[in-house]
Amino acid sequence: MAQKKSATWLLLLGTVAFYALIKVLQLSGLMNDYWQRVLDQALIATIGALGLSIIYGFTGQFSLGHAAFYGLGAYSAGLLDKLYGSADNYLFLAISLLLGMLVAGLLALLVGLPILRLRSDYLGIATLGFGIIVKVGMDNSSKFFPPLGGATGMSGVPQSAGFDLIFLLTVLAIIFTRNFIFSSYGRACTAVREDEIAADVMGINTTRIKVLSFVLGCMLAGLAGGIYAHRYPFLHPSSFDFLKSFDFLLIVVLGGLGSMTGTVVTAVAWVFLLEGLRFVLGESFIDFRGVIYALILIISIILRPQGIFSGKELAALVPQSLTAWRQKDKEVTHVSS
Amino acid sequence: MEHVLDQIINGLQLGLMYALIALGYTMVYGVVKLINFAHGDVFMVGAFIGYFGFQHWGLPLPVAIVNAVVVCAILGVTIERIAYRPLRYAPKIAALISALGVSLFLEYFGSLKFVFGPNFRVVQRPFEEVRWEVFGVTITNIQVMIAVVVVLMLLALQFIVYRTKIGMAMRTVSVDHNAARLMGVNVDNTISITFAIGSAFAAVGGVLYAIAYPQIHPFMGIMPGLKAFTAAVLGGIGIIPGAVLGAIIMGQVETLTSAFLSSQLRDAIAFFILILVLLIRPSGILGKNEPDKV
Repeated sequence: MAQKKSATWLLLLGTVAFYALIKVLQLSGLMNDYWQRVLDQALIATIGALGLSIIYGFTGQFSLGHAAFYGLGAYSAGLLDKLYGSADNYLFLAISLLLGMLVAGLLALLVGLPILRLRSDYLGIATLGFGIIVKVGMDNSSKFFPPLGGATGMSGVPQSAGFDLIFLLTVLAIIFTRNFIFSSYGRACTAVREDEIAADVMGINTTRIKVLSFVLGCMLAGLAGGIYAHRYPFLHPSSFDFLKSFDFLLIVVLGGLGSMTGTVVTAVAWVFLLEGLRFVLGESFIDFRGVIYALILIISIILRPQGIFSGKELAALVPQSLTAWRQKDKEVTHVSS
Repeated sequence: MEHVLDQIINGLQLGLMYALIALGYTMVYGVVKLINFAHGDVFMVGAFIGYFGFQHWGLPLPVAIVNAVVVCAILGVTIERIAYRPLRYAPKIAALISALGVSLFLEYFGSLKFVFGPNFRVVQRPFEEVRWEVFGVTITNIQVMIAVVVVLMLLALQFIVYRTKIGMAMRTVSVDHNAARLMGVNVDNTISITFAIGSAFAAVGGVLYAIAYPQIHPFMGIMPGLKAFTAAVLGGIGIIPGAVLGAIIMGQVETLTSAFLSSQLRDAIAFFILILVLLIRPSGILGKNEPDKV
């Protein structure tokens, strides 16, 4: 037990230390604007990927349309702030982020109720189709409402989200995900993932659980999108197409299905890898970036098909009661911090 | 009225093209239960090799097609060997991610300057387009060629799958890998041959596509690949006539939407119909609904 408490403290300490390190780097000028953007992008990707981790990693619902909800959040939050907000109006920023989450969540509910009846690949294809429909909608949005910009993209959203806010929201998203996963609802999700029929027989309302996890996951995507709109001044439909959905899927699968730790680490690593390649390759080999990206993807999945963390969790993220129980059981080993 | 018929003919042309790609998806899915996301890019490679054949290497069209078919069949088998075989007993999602990786690899490798180059290339057709008026409907020689080639290939595929030993092996493997192995079927070889045939179809599709819509580039495989896969799901994945039926429906929906509603809405409507069909018949139009197994 004592060991467990120290793990939680270490995690808290680590979070604060990480924040302080970034601050020092910023003040000393070692962290330039470019790398700051990459870091913010990594944290935003983490929030979105945590959403897909709930949907696919923990509930087993294969969704290929995650970027659609990310885009819906970005567009709705961005639009509200663009029309009525101003820079540095934090109350309005909060309201528009909330709106982004609500729009994504509401659409997830409307879409999820019918299509979550589908299984595995079929669900994937249906959500992929939904993503493409949303993308077409974004492309043509200027016909219904000119400020949305349509195929030329939307600009003019106040850039009021900085690193502090993004970091805070990422930590909150991790805490929220962790608390959800280990709640009774979260365990019902895992039961649905492992065997839907058995879960049903055990008295779990599987439809309700699947829709619940889908809506929550999509709300996280919406939140990530809302922050994205407030951090990067230009929203374009092609940033939210199905290739972006694959990005989230790669992160969740490479990190290991059913591992929050894996999702967070892989999301950050993946974004930094993508940008880092630009520097490593240099001007003359920049064309090889996509090729190397693809090769890393193939090689890493062949070497570790179960993902980097394969269901393991940082000990500090697992609640105490469960740790004690698992230590007796010895079935699951943790990566202790 | 004639205008509608013209559009239906155009839709049929597009649909038959999708059918050639969809057959590859459906065969591979039937045998290894894997969505081969790289298939659309094999199609792209086929289009490029065919284009180089008849435009730069001076080969006659049939030789150029055969050339593309051989290259793509080898490519398909190689992809399976390197990227899918090591993952055959891993979780299904791992193979899917690997397929995505291969797809990205082919696209970016193809856009390198010393391979295909990143730009759009305009294809000069190896023969002139001829338009015929049949009862007031316009038909081109390209459409006739596509229809003939697709029908011949479909017949060939039906023959291979239902009348030959290797076809029987494929059908056996698709039911149960282990049982097939116990019955003396060489599962690995059968899967390789399935990939070879599927990729060969994609190559023919690619060359015909380049002739019919004469512009090619390294990312051209993404959308037709996705549409063809959708078509395979629509018809019932793993079922050969289903792939053709789904592809023809997709072609019609797309062409008719572009012609009479808006060309920007065609993807949205095509996928909307897919979702509707899946909701009503979750395993596709010709698919069988399997009961839940406990």
